[in-house]
Amino acid sequence: MRQKTIAAVLGAASVLATATAVTAQDLNFDEYRQMLADGNPAELFEMEGEELWRTARGPKNATLEQCDLGLGPGVVEGAAAQMPRYFADTGKVQDLESRLMTCMETLQGIPSAEVINGKFRQGERGKIASLVAYVVTHSNGKPIAVDLSHPKMKEMYAMGEKAFFYRAGAMDFSCASCHGEDGKRIRATSLPNITTAKCAAEGWGSWPAYRVSNSQFWTMQHRLWDCFRQQRTAEPIFASDVTIALSVFMAGKGNGGQAVWPGVKR
Amino acid sequence: MKKILMLAPLALCAGAALAADLDAKVAEMMKTSFKANGIASLDRQVQDEIQKACSSPNDPDAATMKRLEEAQLATIQWPADGNYTGGDWKEGAKIAISGRGLTWTDASPDNNGGGCYNCHAMDPAEVSAGTIGPSLVGYAKLRGSSEEVVKYTWGKLWNAKAYNACSNMPRNGYGKILTEAQIRHVMAYLFDPASPVNK
Ligand code: HEC
Ligand code: HEC
Repeated sequence: MRQKTIAAVLGAASVLATATAVTAQDLNFDEYRQMLADGNPAELFEMEGEELWRTARGPKNATLEQCDLGLGPGVVEGAAAQMPRYFADTGKVQDLESRLMTCMETLQGIPSAEVINGKFRQGERGKIASLVAYVVTHSNGKPIAVDLSHPKMKEMYAMGEKAFFYRAGAMDFSCASCHGEDGKRIRATSLPNITTAKCAAEGWGSWPAYRVSNSQFWTMQHRLWDCFRQQRTAEPIFASDVTIALSVFMAGKGNGGQAVWPGVKR
Repeated sequence: MKKILMLAPLALCAGAALAADLDAKVAEMMKTSFKANGIASLDRQVQDEIQKACSSPNDPDAATMKRLEEAQLATIQWPADGNYTGGDWKEGAKIAISGRGLTWTDASPDNNGGGCYNCHAMDPAEVSAGTIGPSLVGYAKLRGSSEEVVKYTWGKLWNAKAYNACSNMPRNGYGKILTEAQIRHVMAYLFDPASPVNK
């Protein structure tokens, strides 16, 4: 049974690219997730992230221990559950990844351009993913609690909602084409209806995640990047406004739902 | 009471101005937040009339839908000789199954799949079928192969928006996702009595 499920999960991974015979029963992923519950491979990234948080690095040879994620310098506990948020020092709404980028630049002197122009899972952008794993673990099980009261947060939410329905690209898709109705599937893969509070919370609150299909740890920036790829748009720039706006929309919509961080996905 | 009545239209105007402002900001963001990569160029971020009209949770009013659909209908290229057949259902099956193409990781804008199984059931033996679109199992068996049905199906495959302006289905011919030859193969997959779709 165990082996069969793993095979199905691995097979379903490339649903968009290849044909895979999957029985209706195998469409259920929960069983596999449960098997992993005691030992999420994302723990390796989490440990690496904790190490990175405390290690002096960069031209300024400093640690990230003074990084302010919104709850004061160095406070990691519960911080991710309240992000994205408006930061007065940058005058910007930032998600966890873009905030870490700011801390690395200001505290350690590591230029943000290195992250923005880099590649997922490599170099400084890869290091941010490990830091994300570390930080979100300290919000695991907490309710999503994003404060939308600041005018810039309100504006980002409104723009994110618009972006969610914005059709573009070679196939006329918007996020809503794949995530706008209940109970839909692309091939064998279930699609969350992100326009509902419940699924927005499940979607937002289960990334970053360890992807069993390719043994990779993906942050939300990475997830969105791949959804845009499937949407056939041009390539979104790392931490660009559209990625932040969509994140505010999803997190805000999912407010009150529980964060399960880091998640496990096929 | 009177004061409120007088204020109301003003508030509405302000609301409309803000909405237009927001739309402009979003359109700008949809350009500046992206970069070209390979075949996925930045012009993909600019909306055409259909994309713009269909970018909110609700469809436009019936008159607008009709006007948009007529314009899309005019873009359909019908077979020059009036002959819709000649495709090979086995080739059609491959095109229906493949969801490849037109991402920034694809080297060429040609040789795309139709991705039909992403959204439709077709061959009842293929369980891994999406549900965004209706089931097409038994397509010709259920609908027959009258000229009307055949013509509609060609049109739907070429430009799905001609029949529902805000359809979730891509415009395969119009959008250069599939070639005319590929559409012929998919037609065979839907209509050939030997095709598993009609078994
Ligand atoms: C063409 C289809 C398609 C489009 C368009 C698309 N997505 Fe997705 N999305 C998917 C698929 C398929 C998955 C599930 C992947 C998996 O399970 O491995 C997914 C997963 C997600 C998830 C994670 C949900 C979860 O519970 O794990 C989020 C969040 C998400 N998408 C957001 C978006 C946003 C925002 C957009 C628009 C920018 C978008 N998607 C556009 C197909 C799409
Ligand atoms: C992303 C989703 C999507 C993809 C991909 C897609 N379709 Fe569709 N299709 C739909 C939806 C949704 C409808 C329902 C009618 C409408 O709104 O246009 C539809 C309707 C149809 C119809 C008309 C059915 C009827 O009862 O009138 C046909 C035929 C069809 N699709 C064939 C195809 C074929 C063949 C392909 C691949 C080449 C394909 N579709 C790809 C979503 C899709």
